[in-house]
Amino acid sequence: MKKELKFKVNGQPYDIFVKPKALLSDVLRIELGLTGTKRGCNSSSCGACTVMLNGMAVKSCSVLALQANGAEVVTVEGLAKGNKLSPLQRAFLDHGSYQCGFCTPGMLMSSTALLTENPKPTKEEIKEGIDGNICRCTGYNSIIRAITAVVKGDYKEAK
Amino acid sequence: MTTKFTVIGQRVHNVDGTEKVTGSAKYTFDVVLPNMLYGKVKRSPYPHAKILKIDTSKAKKLIGVKAVVTGKDTLGRKQGIWRRFPELCDEEILCRTKVRYIGDPVAAVAAIDEDTAEEALDLIEVEYEPLPAVFDPLEAIKEDAPQVHDGVELNININRHIEWGDVDEAFQKCDHIREDQYKCSSQAHVCMETHDAVASFGHNGKLTVWTSSQSSYYIQRLYADMLDMKESDIRVMNRHTGGGFGSKFELDSAQFPAAILSQKLCQPVKIVLSREEEFTATKRRTPMYYFLKLGATKDGKLLAKEARVITEGGAYTAMGATALYLTGFFSSFPYKYPNYRYDGYRVYTNTAVTSAMRGFGAPQSTFVGESQLDMMAEDLGIDPIEIRRKNGMTPNYEVPGQAFIQSCGLHQCLDKIEDHIKKRGKLPPNHGIGVSAYGFMSGGIFNWFNTPYAFSAAVVRINIDGKVDLYTGACDIGQGSNTTLSMICAEELGVKLEDVRIFSGDTGICPPDLGAWGSRETLMNGNAVKRAAADAKRQLLEFAAAHMGANIVYDLDIKDRWVHLVDRPERGVSYFDIVKAAIRGKDGNAIMGRGYYTPHRKGMISPAYSFGVQIAEVAVDPETGRYKLVNVTTAHESGTVVNPLGIEGQLEGAIMMAGGYGYCEDQPMDDGKILNPSIADYKLIRSLDMPETEILEIDTYEPEGPFGAKEAGEGLTNPTAGAIGNAIYKAVGVRINDLPITPEKVFKALREKKQKAK
Repeated sequence: MKKELKFKVNGQPYDIFVKPKALLSDVLRIELGLTGTKRGCNSSSCGACTVMLNGMAVKSCSVLALQANGAEVVTVEGLAKGNKLSPLQRAFLDHGSYQCGFCTPGMLMSSTALLTENPKPTKEEIKEGIDGNICRCTGYNSIIRAITAVVKGDYKEAK
Repeated sequence: MTTKFTVIGQRVHNVDGTEKVTGSAKYTFDVVLPNMLYGKVKRSPYPHAKILKIDTSKAKKLIGVKAVVTGKDTLGRKQGIWRRFPELCDEEILCRTKVRYIGDPVAAVAAIDEDTAEEALDLIEVEYEPLPAVFDPLEAIKEDAPQVHDGVELNININRHIEWGDVDEAFQKCDHIREDQYKCSSQAHVCMETHDAVASFGHNGKLTVWTSSQSSYYIQRLYADMLDMKESDIRVMNRHTGGGFGSKFELDSAQFPAAILSQKLCQPVKIVLSREEEFTATKRRTPMYYFLKLGATKDGKLLAKEARVITEGGAYTAMGATALYLTGFFSSFPYKYPNYRYDGYRVYTNTAVTSAMRGFGAPQSTFVGESQLDMMAEDLGIDPIEIRRKNGMTPNYEVPGQAFIQSCGLHQCLDKIEDHIKKRGKLPPNHGIGVSAYGFMSGGIFNWFNTPYAFSAAVVRINIDGKVDLYTGACDIGQGSNTTLSMICAEELGVKLEDVRIFSGDTGICPPDLGAWGSRETLMNGNAVKRAAADAKRQLLEFAAAHMGANIVYDLDIKDRWVHLVDRPERGVSYFDIVKAAIRGKDGNAIMGRGYYTPHRKGMISPAYSFGVQIAEVAVDPETGRYKLVNVTTAHESGTVVNPLGIEGQLEGAIMMAGGYGYCEDQPMDDGKILNPSIADYKLIRSLDMPETEILEIDTYEPEGPFGAKEAGEGLTNPTAGAIGNAIYKAVGVRINDLPITPEKVFKALREKKQKAK
């Protein structure tokens, strides 16, 4: 029997019905069509499905959709403001912090959550912040450089 | 070079960058079609068994299940990517009578959602008769070993011999000979996007497939073989692909069952492999037993080398035949051996299939070769850099009877690395720096696929507004070929990068290209793109000459959207005006340029080779054997650098993958069962383990490549395991000859060393 789920995703309120065992990642992807959130392992080991739930980074493949009832969810689609990319998105572009791009949404969400919680992380804290996200292409260092550039203030929030 | 590039060498955003950082990039995983069903694959739990009976009746009755298929629903053909040799086409994908590894597919289901399809799998009843199985290639080549494939003597799938000079005579002249044995482990590709496909048969009998792939053309052709169709009735589209690394250019167990199911139903069927299937039932790096004999004079001149290799083939041939050949060829790299002999045997076993993976046999040969060379240097009292310098390849060197090397910057790389080591100064205790030199090819020459087409092709169309559409069958799997090829096109045409829009990897609209493997796209497809752009440009310049009233003695060119006289660049006209005039003058036809590239008379392996030298610094805890990768620095040459940001990414990414091969990645098995089929259990390098990386670029120019460019993708995977092994030895004096070099092995070796000292 489906149950009601009321929550906000990228600022947009939703009132939908989902199966109790439905995962947040599947509801975002299939019900809401927000396919930016990926699935790499379905066991919270790879980080490709990372979204922000009430400001915290979570692996959406390991959260039941109903656990997000009443919550605010931000996915990679919610990072840009209109046609203005977020500082991290621009820094990722400039530093070549992506290749195949499949881990990139999760990587961006983990780093956005990190900077929300701790705007001035050390290099070690940055590494820890993305340690739950696997990237098989870039070797992480270009991602760390991009986040560092944002921390240094090289990228301002778009007005 | 007198020409200054306007696009090449710039630090540009990838042409698909904004899609990737906003989550709008569409992967096959994201494709949803109207009326689409979801498929799942039933796999063998036995490493070796006869299929006696498959009962699908219960599964078919489950509500939501639309179709269940088995090998009986196929034409019963066997496929393989080495199409030139029918005896090497040995894989049915949906097995009819026998399974040969744990994970071999036996049936597939299409249902209204993934959960239903999963549930239906449990309702398929398969009756097996288990057969004796064999897992280790050294066991499988024994007389009384179980037969993986009938009629294959000693389970030897394929053997390879390479020889030049007189090896036996040369060994007699050597002052010192070393004989060493090594074992190279397996490795999983771990693409972030697992193998997936959406196959859609129409009622018109034509098939359309979206799939995560390194070669749309290969998949199209292999489908045609298996379904007995004309290849042009099959359209394969590679959109964004979430990584490949060698795992995605053979017809796989998502693609084929999805098509068989769709054929039955005329509905789209999507199959996405789970991460566990990805680890257990897709292909993997080839494990190898390596026996090496190396002879030198006392001043360090290498006179002869002999390599004997036995590889674990797994259940089918796949691309393993290429890995077997390339490991043999690259065992001679990057040195000038006057005498060399290689004998390799690929042996069938009842394990998951081994095949292509980034580096393609060369990470194995480089690990063993560079480990042994360091030991040889130590035996002779020669510096590791010096022994490499003394024997290293140089430009215009012919590997006897095998290959011709034009550009080669190995010696500049050695010089730079030597300086770099000096600059690092005295190391802290228990730190060590290990050196490893390498080379790799820029695409393969041998036509094992048996394609009648050119190896690479491109079409350029210039529209009335001067914008350029570039069509090519090349596949961007994350390595950035869409960007690199667009840059080559823009440079040749004399326009800006933003003027070019690329359409790639779609067999319905793009000319065939063999795809992204063997580090071939920049050189091979780059040449095709450059020629297509040159063809279009020539047509524009014909009009420009008439329009400008330029005398025949003047040479015209286009740079930065300015059509001008080469000797008097201020005399010119706008590119956009010339395009408009040219299209009007051609009866209103858009300007079309075509370009092809197939290497001819370039030896047996590749038209060009890149080189480099890498050092790894490790810090070892001598009590526990735990160690940290502190720094990996690479001096690397890849000809003209087209896309610098792309090359940096390839280099650093290769260190994550190749460092993992040296340090932690492995697929331990118990009776053919892979014991760590999850990302939690399969250890790979995460951000906290990643060493500092530095890149020392060396300038070279490859005459065969577009604007002088060559490979920069896979070669970088070759050196790291050897550098780590050599660094551990420098740090704490123990040698680990079997990969991966885990802290546990270092600990055991240190303990043994201590006991011996007592």
